[in-house]
Amino acid sequence: MLQFFVRRLIVALLVAATVMTLAFVLTRLSGDLAISIAGPNATQADVDAVRRAYGLDRPLLVQFFDWVGRALTGDLGQSYFFKTPVSALIAERMPVTLTLGLTGLVIALAVSLPLGILAAVRENTAIDRLVQVVALLGQAMPSFWLGLLLMIVFGLQLGWLPISGTGSWDNYVMPGVVLAFSAIPALTRLTRAGMIQSMASDYIRTARAKGLSRASILLKHALRNAAIPVVAITAVQLGFMLGGSIVIEQVFALHGVGFLAWESIGKNDFPVVQAVVLVLAVIYVALTMLADLMNAVLDPRLRAS
Amino acid sequence: MSIATASRGARRGERRSPRRGWRSASTWIGAAIVAIAAFCAVFAPLLMPHDPFAQDLGKRLLVPFWMEGSDPEHLLGTDQLGRDYLSRLIYGCRISMLIGVTVSVVSGVIGITLGVLGGFFGGRVDDAVLFAITTRLSIPVVLVALAVVGLLGSSMTLLVATLGLLLWDRFAVVARSTTMQVRNLDFVAAAWCAGCSRFRILLHEVLPNIASHLVVVATLEIALAILLEAALSFLGLGVPPPLPSWGLMIAEAKDYMFFSPWVIVIPGVALFVLVLGINLFGDGLRDSFGARSDP
Amino acid sequence: MTALLEIEQLQVSFGSTAAVRGASLSVARGETHCLVGESGCGKSVTALSVMNLLAPNARRSAKRLAFEGQDLLGLSDSGMANLRGNAMAMIFQEPMTSLNPAYTVGSQMTEVLRRHKRASQRAATDRAADLLARVGITAPGLRLGQFPHQLSGGLRQRVMIAMALMCEPRLLIADEPTTALDVTVQAQILRLLSRLQRDLGLGMLLITHDLGIVARVAHRVSVMYAGEVVESAPTAELFANPRHPYTQGLLRCVPVPGRIKRDEPLGSIPGTVPRIAPGFAGCAFRERCAFADESCSSAIPRHRPSAAHDFLCRLPA
Repeated sequence: MLQFFVRRLIVALLVAATVMTLAFVLTRLSGDLAISIAGPNATQADVDAVRRAYGLDRPLLVQFFDWVGRALTGDLGQSYFFKTPVSALIAERMPVTLTLGLTGLVIALAVSLPLGILAAVRENTAIDRLVQVVALLGQAMPSFWLGLLLMIVFGLQLGWLPISGTGSWDNYVMPGVVLAFSAIPALTRLTRAGMIQSMASDYIRTARAKGLSRASILLKHALRNAAIPVVAITAVQLGFMLGGSIVIEQVFALHGVGFLAWESIGKNDFPVVQAVVLVLAVIYVALTMLADLMNAVLDPRLRAS
Repeated sequence: MSIATASRGARRGERRSPRRGWRSASTWIGAAIVAIAAFCAVFAPLLMPHDPFAQDLGKRLLVPFWMEGSDPEHLLGTDQLGRDYLSRLIYGCRISMLIGVTVSVVSGVIGITLGVLGGFFGGRVDDAVLFAITTRLSIPVVLVALAVVGLLGSSMTLLVATLGLLLWDRFAVVARSTTMQVRNLDFVAAAWCAGCSRFRILLHEVLPNIASHLVVVATLEIALAILLEAALSFLGLGVPPPLPSWGLMIAEAKDYMFFSPWVIVIPGVALFVLVLGINLFGDGLRDSFGARSDP
Repeated sequence: MTALLEIEQLQVSFGSTAAVRGASLSVARGETHCLVGESGCGKSVTALSVMNLLAPNARRSAKRLAFEGQDLLGLSDSGMANLRGNAMAMIFQEPMTSLNPAYTVGSQMTEVLRRHKRASQRAATDRAADLLARVGITAPGLRLGQFPHQLSGGLRQRVMIAMALMCEPRLLIADEPTTALDVTVQAQILRLLSRLQRDLGLGMLLITHDLGIVARVAHRVSVMYAGEVVESAPTAELFANPRHPYTQGLLRCVPVPGRIKRDEPLGSIPGTVPRIAPGFAGCAFRERCAFADESCSSAIPRHRPSAAHDFLCRLPA
């Protein structure tokens, strides 16, 4: 068990190192960064000045290890545009993105778990088919478009919810719903499949033979076992949602990390871009490890081996 | 001293699936949508009633046919620059399909190669492939695609290459697991015994037997690539204007959506229906192959 | 005094397939009643019908299905749930998968008592430990805290038995409880069941295809064939004087000391159990029976050579 987690940790560190390299290479793709930073009207002298100021005159390998070395101490560099430390910028914007991601996750779970259980209990009935149709529709829905439609209907025509901003909780309702849409199909299908498998198992027959109540059979005995794959996918989905929130933050003008990255791409502010890529990747890797831990808690067989 | 072996089986009975009829109906609907979209994509120049790029500032934001005051010349109305919406929609279908298919080919080549190698050789090779998949999954796709296009400037080729390099994970996962299953089957062992080379076994024994799973993945990836292209174009870092990508049409019309909602409804519905159709078709294929390819 | 369990003319079908076709039997209080037959003859389905644990697509009907005189057919789902695990309990063939892998043995045992007797956790745990000791598990306190995957198949079946006994049931249905176990463990579990049945005065419906088990533990035997009970008699009577050709065939397949001569080959029954199509009439065994003639395809009378013995065959032989 411990050995398993040590192995996972080593893999996670290797993944982080690879992503760091990729993020670095990514920002150097466009060739001479100094030219793009200095702007279209810059003279050769300006470009040289920029190059020296940002240390871009050094060999690439030196730049790379300098960045890695600093990143390990938590220093992700300076933003070219904001002139402030990147880590401070990300820390400032992260609460918005995390609030959005968690709101989306809570909504997604609140919809998918009941729907999946319902579809499994009513397998092969009209209700089951309806749930599968909902999952299919959700899968095909372009999130940014759904966001715009919600803005027209609930923001403008009904006037129930604010169209943009981050001031209060109701700013997160529409973006949260839109973000949840991307996770609902997978979570619903997995819950349904897990519950169907679980409900057909011998231990559920035992639970029924013991005269337990329907609620206890469904929620205590069946769901506990069906939840194991769902938990793993939930963590992964949260990672995807944080990565995908860039589109939704843009639609709803939520100034989170995704919005920051989008702005920074437009401004060639590459220290910010590479740092956001790295931070999101590290969060994703951490979430998958968390999922493994939670699975070990849920499944005693894993704990033993 | 047993009379017979265990007696179970009847306990759960057999389950008839009343879903089969519904399933095949949905598959046909999906196939029809895909066929129409493919037709539009191939014959776009012949189908477009107007030049999709021709602006007519005198005819801006004309309403579509179902609304009062529409122009019979422009069935779906015009956009903010007076360009015919139906023509742009048809041309946009060509772009979506082109990107969906080409991205799927690029990512398919990468993913299938990695997956088959990992699944077939196992050991260190497989560890490396698994690591590549894990790393790929940890990279935020939209952000990285945006960054690449943002730094290098938008073009169709770059977009296809970027998405192709980012979306191979599901191909790899499915190719890897199905190859592992096939590798242990008797006919592969027979090929080994007959002295076939590894390359020959991979090409002639393994690939044909995992192909049906990969076709299903390909449909899902086409749908995903179309959605992602639309999102990137919507954010202004996808297909370069004035090409009428549906995502770009939505982005350009966004400023007018509160007064004329149809300007975003039309391209959005087209996008939604196309992706839904491809997914329905893919699900139908999966059912008919009797395979599960969810990662 | 009414029987503990009465089944009359039970019919169960899955879609157009009839699994049980008019089976009748009754279990008296404190009696071990063995139900024997080949795979697929409807033994397990009969047992699951009593507990109302059939798959949702099964259709069940009967002239009478009663437990302690109480009609089970008209009983609501919650009424049935109140009986299950309480007055009647069941153990299954597959000890490896019949316990929930996510919960400890103790948690799964105590929830029965807490559900039916509103017992405290403390009292339920004490009772569970007592019963584990009673079914021959050493260190019950330790076992209560363990998960199913930490136990062997034999131990798991003992746990299932103990769990079934938590609420002091009057009827225990055991569906091939030893089939999935090692031979040595089979004997231990069987001795345990037989001792518990005697000590607790349980009525037990034991389903098996093993006539050796029947000879050792049963008070009464019913032989099932293709969804019907073709012969039913007290154990000694059945072994000494089998009347139905199928029962006779079964007994010829089993080496019983004193009945089988040396150097004489063991018998076998030719053919397999037929698939019974809707509208089937007559004797289902006629295709495999040495005594069959045309009259076997019309209605078959039930003969009653003595008060406790009946069989279903046109031959009075």
